[in-house]
Amino acid sequence: MTNPFAEEAGARPWLDVLDARTRIVSALAIVAAVLAIRSPLVLLAGLPALIALALACGLRLRDIAARMAHAEGFVLVLLLMLPLTVPGPAFAAFGPVEFSQPGLDRALKILLRVNLSALAVLILLAGLEPIRFGHALAGLGVPQKLTHLLLFSARWAALVRQEALRLHDALRARAFRASTSAHTLRTLGHFTGQLLVRALERAERVDEAMRCRGFAGRFALVAEERPGARDAVFAAAVALCLLGALVADRLT
Amino acid sequence: MAHIPDGILSLPVLAGGAALAVGGVALGLRKMDEADIPKTAILASTFFVASLVAIPVGPSSVHLLLSGLMGLVLGVRAIPAVFVGLLLQAVLFGFGGLTSLGVDVVDIAFPGVAAALVARPALERAQGWRVGAIGAAVGFVSVVGTAVCVSLALALSSADFLPSLRVIALTYVPLALAEAALTGVVVAYLRRVKPEALGFAPQLEAAA
Repeated sequence: MTNPFAEEAGARPWLDVLDARTRIVSALAIVAAVLAIRSPLVLLAGLPALIALALACGLRLRDIAARMAHAEGFVLVLLLMLPLTVPGPAFAAFGPVEFSQPGLDRALKILLRVNLSALAVLILLAGLEPIRFGHALAGLGVPQKLTHLLLFSARWAALVRQEALRLHDALRARAFRASTSAHTLRTLGHFTGQLLVRALERAERVDEAMRCRGFAGRFALVAEERPGARDAVFAAAVALCLLGALVADRLT
Repeated sequence: MAHIPDGILSLPVLAGGAALAVGGVALGLRKMDEADIPKTAILASTFFVASLVAIPVGPSSVHLLLSGLMGLVLGVRAIPAVFVGLLLQAVLFGFGGLTSLGVDVVDIAFPGVAAALVARPALERAQGWRVGAIGAAVGFVSVVGTAVCVSLALALSSADFLPSLRVIALTYVPLALAEAALTGVVVAYLRRVKPEALGFAPQLEAAA
């Protein structure tokens, strides 16, 4: 069975020995620190540090670059508009177009923060299988219904995607090509509707099957992971680095 | 489209969004019977997969949010479903962020659920082409609501973002149109093929 998440869940052998909860908490701590740090220099120093960590964890430079280059449309708009619209002394001017220094600083800081946070998530969390992730969340006190929802969704995303691919093949076999037309909209609408109908019918069958096996709304989560000495060392190292960065931030 | 990453919004906005999202998720979970979990989860993954389908708009294409449709099919349970989908997207694919997750849930789920709640009485009375029209209105309004919420989150975070908002709002126009058209078709289809999906009694005469 192909899992749409499996391709993302690349191996990080060096990190996989850690408890998933350590990874989640560390990622949250790094992102929180990135938001708290005000000095662009300290943020800039974090970039090579995190890239080095990513490489040390066995990530390929290509994947790192792909994740960092990925930016939502409106982030690009913000980055382009800030230097043009924030008032202040000009950093550079091309004819009537002026790039203001404070605007440029703002844009750079946002760019650094977005990328540092994205790197932290990529390194520590992207490699976690959804199953491990869900179990770890339950271990961190997330309500059981919510973790169940996450585990079931992650499990069924693969099946629903297969269903979607089957419908897509059926469309292609009838020479469907998407274009901007009423026909395309109608077809894709029926595609989505049919996907939902099949999912609902599958849900009914699954529900009946689970009831037959005595499902009463609770699902035993077997915790296999125990935080050990490695987790303590890793958490201490992360905490030290973040503390150092925060102190450096206050001093500059 | 509405996935705000970490590192842009200010702390009060992040905290406010997180508080609202926690409330919404808790409300959705309370409405979700434990036996409803499998059904909600399958629908959540279906919306997750369906939002990956690219709808061509002129030379470009958009990915739909489907939040209005989720609101119509799942009701308040759409909020935890959206939360789970966004969490998986943020962690595995890097769309959106961890600290901004609350704001993103509010931006996407709340307008869809609200639009669906408002439209429900009209949808129950509707016949013929009006079914699709109401579905289209729900899709349109939820995307506009998302655009408003995203703009609000940015505007409240920093006055520096204000000039950019007009450009950002423009990018939502094609999305709102595509979402309206597609939601209309899907709602009309579900009303004919499987009215239970929208919370209606099954049509017995349709089987004949």
